[in-house]
Amino acid sequence: MTALALAPVDPSVTTMGRNRFILFATDVWVLTKRSIARIRREPETLSDVTIQPVLFVLMFAYVFGGAIGGIGGGDNYHAYLISGMLGMSLAQTAPGTAVAIVSDMETGLIDRFRSLPMSRAAVLTARTIADLLTQVIGAGVVALVGLAIGWRINGTAGQAIEAFALALLFGYAFTWVGVCIGMVLRSPEAAQQTGFILFLPLTFISSAFVPTQSMPGWLQPVAEWNPMSSLAAACRQLFGNPNPAASVHVWPAQHPELAVVCWAVGMLVVFAPLAVHLYSNKVR
Amino acid sequence: MSDTPAIRADGLIKHYGKTTALNGLDLTVPAGTVYGLLGPNGAGKTTAVRVLATLLKPDGGRASVLGHDVVVEASTVRRTIGLTGQYAALDEYLTGRSNLIMIGQLSRLTARAARQRADDLLEQFDLTAAASRAVKTYSGGMRRRLDLAASLIGRPAVLFLDEPTTGLDPSARALMWDIVRQLVADGTTLLLTTQYLDEADVLASRVAVIDGGRVIAEGTPAELKASVGGQRLLITLAAEADAEAAALALTPFTTAPVTAHGAERLIEAPVIASDGLATEVVRALDAAGVKVTEIAVRSASLDDVFLTLTGHKAEDENDQTAQAEATAQEKEAVL
Repeated sequence: MTALALAPVDPSVTTMGRNRFILFATDVWVLTKRSIARIRREPETLSDVTIQPVLFVLMFAYVFGGAIGGIGGGDNYHAYLISGMLGMSLAQTAPGTAVAIVSDMETGLIDRFRSLPMSRAAVLTARTIADLLTQVIGAGVVALVGLAIGWRINGTAGQAIEAFALALLFGYAFTWVGVCIGMVLRSPEAAQQTGFILFLPLTFISSAFVPTQSMPGWLQPVAEWNPMSSLAAACRQLFGNPNPAASVHVWPAQHPELAVVCWAVGMLVVFAPLAVHLYSNKVR
Repeated sequence: MSDTPAIRADGLIKHYGKTTALNGLDLTVPAGTVYGLLGPNGAGKTTAVRVLATLLKPDGGRASVLGHDVVVEASTVRRTIGLTGQYAALDEYLTGRSNLIMIGQLSRLTARAARQRADDLLEQFDLTAAASRAVKTYSGGMRRRLDLAASLIGRPAVLFLDEPTTGLDPSARALMWDIVRQLVADGTTLLLTTQYLDEADVLASRVAVIDGGRVIAEGTPAELKASVGGQRLLITLAAEADAEAAALALTPFTTAPVTAHGAERLIEAPVIASDGLATEVVRALDAAGVKVTEIAVRSASLDDVFLTLTGHKAEDENDQTAQAEATAQEKEAVL
């Protein structure tokens, strides 16, 4: 064994002194590749965005769907359902984000990253980008199952692209919420539980699966202002699907696309800097 | 850089809630040496390493690595340090090689240089055969080696090793010791924390004994041993021998009262080493009619230092337990 450590570092083999943004992008890329490699080794980690949405779509379409009124039943409900499913399957990747962050902290990997001369925001950014890629897969799966059960895109291609873009922006904002949950909790189990507790009401007290008009009066404002309702309404409008929210006279129901953008940008502005702050000042 | 210590800490203080982890810790580690931080569980060793490695901001005091403040110039410090914690900090799902390349690139090596360096380190740490296996299939010793390789990939001038051999079997431990010696021969400064007294004794050129978040003794292992009485005389008496007569006969040679163990067959006493000491002791015992089975003069161990320094503290029950655990683990490791 010779020169394990202190052999002089040849400056040509280091990236020190390069443009800061390029260094940040390189760090993000290196770490995103890491998450993708993990998915390739254990594809079952993708079941959140593959098998699960299929089961939920089929369950809602054929088990609950017949009993859910107010949309006109049958094919109408199938067309109504898919936009809500899109929101649910993207938002619910956030607990997975939290679990991944907690696990990296438990193994000490985050400590190692924090002791390296790398960009501090890169670890978290890479995590959210990897999760955005899984959300793209999730959105594709929901759309395919939807097409199979009779959901159709009745709007223009441009509107359809806008709908998917809004859904992914919305999902991406939620990954940063997941990062923050992961930074403050101590075990993957706790992260999973907390994610579940937060995302269950987020999904179900909304117009994702049933029109808000069917809820008791005191609950309606909660559901109407829920970002999940805005996303579902925006997608329904853009896809040209039944959208009972159009007759609800509150601002987010009348301007669902703008509401989704406001919610997503608002969450990013709050949770992304908070996550980086928590990461930089992690106590243990 | 010659006069700048590799690591310097002045009055470091760190609280976790009501617990005081560091209570005015002072350290000076000269460049190019192995410095041992020795102490029981909960003494503050890991917290000290985390502050010095920029992972934790101290509540009081200041510290620097190669002259750079660990809080104000944290990013400069990160370019010069490597850290190996108590648990292998690796991605379980990546291969050994991918882990090293990833850490190499994040340590600001070019992709090409990172691959080259990863292959060199895998070879040097005897991991080439396992390089393309996922880390989760590795044994404990292999993980530690890969973890250490990962902390060396950016060629750090100062390396922190937090309990590098805790939980390793004896052969894996011996291999880690070899690697540590090699690193120092290459000029790396090493700060090593350990619960194992023999490890500090074998590897470290200077040792700080830590208890309750502060340094309670500091020096070379030889200096520390000398501070608790230099040489020790160990005598095993024959079955029918009279321990009291033996103790009386030994009084002229000893510097402190004689202690007896194991139904008084084994007696132990601190002595001042001199030429022909053993011969004279045997003559004196023979004159007193005491038969001896075995006689030995040995240096005080860091064990003796440790017990002398921390053993008398009645209120530190946790420390005592931790110490007992450490000793038990140490025995397992030696067996």
